[in-house]
Amino acid sequence: MTVTKVEIRKGAYYDSVILMQLQRSLTQQPNIVDAGVVMGTASNKEVLAQSNMLVSEVESAGADDLVIVVVGNDEASAQTALGKVDELVAARRGSGGAQDYRPRSIETAAKMLPDAQWVLISVPGRYAAGVARQALGFNKHVFLYSDNVSLEDEISLKQEAAQKGLLVMGPDCGTAIVNGIGLGFANKVRKGAIGVVAASGTGLQQVTVRIHQMGGGITHALGTGGRDLSEAVNAATARQGLALMARDPDTKVIVLVSKPPSSKVANELIQAARSIPKPVVVNFIGYASASRRVDNIFFATTFDETAELAIRLVNSTEDFGAQPDVSKFKPGQKYLRGLFSGGTLQYEALLILQNYLPTVYSNAPLDKKNKLEDSLVSKEHTIIDLGEDEFTVGRLHPMMDNDLRIRRLEKEAADPEVAVLLLDVVLGYGSHPDPASELAPAIASAINTATSAGRTLEVVAVVSGTDEDPQGMENQIRALKEAGAKVEVSNDAAARYVGRLIQAIERSSEKISSAVQVDLGAIKNPMIGINVGLESFTESLISQGAQAVQVEWKPAAGGNERLSGILERMKKQ
Amino acid sequence: MDIEKANAEAVQRMMEARPIATTMAKAIEVVPGIHENMLLHAGPPVTWERMSGPTRGAMMGALIFEGKAKNGEEAEKILKSGKIEFSPCHEHMCTGPMAGVISPSMLVYVIENQTHGIKCFSNLNEGRGKVLRMGAYSPEVLEKLRWMESTLGPTIKAALEAIGGVDVRAILAKALHMGDDGHNRLDAASVLWTTQLAPFIAKTAKDSATAFDVIKFLGENALSILNPVMAGCKSMTYAGHNIEGSTIVTIMARNGTDFGLKVSGLGDQWFTAQSPVVKALYFPGFTEADACRDIGDSVITETAGIGGFAMATAPALVQFIGGAPKDAINTTMDMYEITYAEHKYFTIPFLDFRGTPTGIDIRKVVEKQIAPRANTGVAHKDPGIGQVGAGVVSMPMSAFEDALVAYADKYGF
Repeated sequence: MTVTKVEIRKGAYYDSVILMQLQRSLTQQPNIVDAGVVMGTASNKEVLAQSNMLVSEVESAGADDLVIVVVGNDEASAQTALGKVDELVAARRGSGGAQDYRPRSIETAAKMLPDAQWVLISVPGRYAAGVARQALGFNKHVFLYSDNVSLEDEISLKQEAAQKGLLVMGPDCGTAIVNGIGLGFANKVRKGAIGVVAASGTGLQQVTVRIHQMGGGITHALGTGGRDLSEAVNAATARQGLALMARDPDTKVIVLVSKPPSSKVANELIQAARSIPKPVVVNFIGYASASRRVDNIFFATTFDETAELAIRLVNSTEDFGAQPDVSKFKPGQKYLRGLFSGGTLQYEALLILQNYLPTVYSNAPLDKKNKLEDSLVSKEHTIIDLGEDEFTVGRLHPMMDNDLRIRRLEKEAADPEVAVLLLDVVLGYGSHPDPASELAPAIASAINTATSAGRTLEVVAVVSGTDEDPQGMENQIRALKEAGAKVEVSNDAAARYVGRLIQAIERSSEKISSAVQVDLGAIKNPMIGINVGLESFTESLISQGAQAVQVEWKPAAGGNERLSGILERMKKQ
Repeated sequence: MDIEKANAEAVQRMMEARPIATTMAKAIEVVPGIHENMLLHAGPPVTWERMSGPTRGAMMGALIFEGKAKNGEEAEKILKSGKIEFSPCHEHMCTGPMAGVISPSMLVYVIENQTHGIKCFSNLNEGRGKVLRMGAYSPEVLEKLRWMESTLGPTIKAALEAIGGVDVRAILAKALHMGDDGHNRLDAASVLWTTQLAPFIAKTAKDSATAFDVIKFLGENALSILNPVMAGCKSMTYAGHNIEGSTIVTIMARNGTDFGLKVSGLGDQWFTAQSPVVKALYFPGFTEADACRDIGDSVITETAGIGGFAMATAPALVQFIGGAPKDAINTTMDMYEITYAEHKYFTIPFLDFRGTPTGIDIRKVVEKQIAPRANTGVAHKDPGIGQVGAGVVSMPMSAFEDALVAYADKYGF
């Protein structure tokens, strides 16, 4: 049983070709059996009658009335199809025939090039933020070449962009390469596997040309604007750029370049880069790194070195993707506690952990300000040297006597904020003859304490010894493993492992950023740009094979401040 | 207050208005507020002292037609004396082309917007050449007027009533697909109009000679539908008037001295500026020095979304802008920049059947500094001579800026 729905539009004239197309579109709607769209003339009514669509409502229609009849399998489908009439008519309307037209606004340009994702802005600085805001309003990514944009405007533009999953490269972003197309000033650089994020225009150019000269190539080079890595802007664009490069399957190596950034922002950005399962070459001109490499982060000091490192890493077979699983920890478990018997092992662990954790307290810290007030009471991340004099008064050194360490182990295990325990087991002549016989049960008990409280405790033990030591290294390791510990034989490896683990916990507990993920299409789709400002940018886009339209831009109200002020206030209502 | 909502409503009402030409009647019987000693004119209010030549000429002719004066000299004396009240057509739901003078005993079309129950009026079109609306008042001009009142008007009235009304919007929608812009070029619409009327004129005219004369006059006059179209457009834009908070222009009009506009959300206030000079092509023997400043209520068509705004659909008109069809397209494209919507019923085949730019938004006009453009005829600056050319004209920006400032004052921006 079919349902027939009718709509009559009095005095609505449409060309018959349009009506036939509308009729065809209607019959293609789900569950629609037939449709008739005609002007209500006598001869058209006859046509409708032939296909049983001349229902009574139609008979009253006049020659100037548009008659729409829809026959559906059910009431809802017929009604839905009827409701789509305006949409179907409008869907046909593009800007056909007007390709040469120079739009006067981003709005019109966006209608002419509906797939355009980028707006390039190079108007005078005092108007640039307003134009950028318009572009974001139309959900376009922004390449903001203009300078003299206030810091407040930059911050608010980038906040708005982050909320919408859009990029704002700039202000004062001179150059970028998106999907092989240069924006602003850019060199013709070979396509390759290196993705660049740069807060420095000429830095970006120099690194990309050196990569090219050395035989490498790039996926994309995103500019952020020179102020992006300041504390005020807080690397809003650089973070988005890093995240994009991380997700871009064609980018194998990421390069991060900036003029000297705020050290706070630089640290945060490096931490963010650490979570990316790809090598990241960092060149923060003038940034003092403790080491040349931390996990997937490689520090370079010159553009040349940056390019060389990046090219070398493209061919690296090393797996940068391994990320520790921290889902087993209970929320609130976040701290590391290290209980060392060896003073220098403890010292090296502290040194290595500098690259992972901002502050580690100790009875023997690297920096006096991190000294524990009470060596018996741990605080946040703490690594204790139990071989210090304060602990050895009246008792044997902890390499021989495990008693103190076992008691402390149990105490730390009972702390609900502790996630990871790190301890050393030093073998050899003079040490305890079988430390595992005491430590393994203690470790098992510590793990059990946490487990019975609904937590998971990870215990990492560094066994320092040889297979020829009297304790028998293999037996020691087996016993510790059987007790539930993860065993390393390198102090460096153990320290790095717990560092990564704690970092992963911190990241997982970070509150989810308000930024909406930028769609990869921003950089993967063919470049289609709307250019507002310097005409040469449009010409350059077109000569590179991209689609572009130039907006014939004028300041609002011809620059009249009173009128543009009114317009601005009206927009904000 | 929500500006977008107000504008959407205003434009929606404009587009949904369905003007039907129903009958004709004497102005004094149907036009609100007109009286025996009043003459209506195009554009915003104007005094005799500042009145343009064509408007003065048309007023003189109208007084002779009304039997209040024997000749031009006598008419001028009466008009100067202050005994006659001058009032804009728009203040009386009327529109008049060029000088737009309507006198109390003239026959006017009654155009009814049946969607909103709004009645608008306009006089009969006299054709091209030496005509009252261009300020000509010679004996042959008056003789034609009298024939129009005694024969043409009553015959059309009878035909319209016999048909039961002619849908002006439907004719316009078709004509836009036949090369008309709906303002300066109405060749197709006038033929469609005549085609609808002719059988009924044949049926209702008092004799076949009358039917012959009337059908011939309508058929030969490429502007025979202009006046019903203008009143129809007025009935559309008026439907969108007085929407609280709307920034949509509902009237644009000129009187050869001043340009004036009204805005939906700003009530009855006129915003005026000096009327612009038309960029025109002139008839042989005339130059810009002969031209009156822009004149007439006919820009109500642009206000409703056709005319110059629909230029892209009327490439034959590009001769007036001395350019290529591309310039016609660009004119329409520019008007999209300053309008609120695309017309639901008026479409442009060449632009993929996009709706015409509809609903001039003062915010967009001022922000982008793009003035509305119109296609228009040009009258001689002196009374009694008539049309000297046709062309395109941009409306004066300052009136739109003044309106925006008034809007900001009224609504506290």
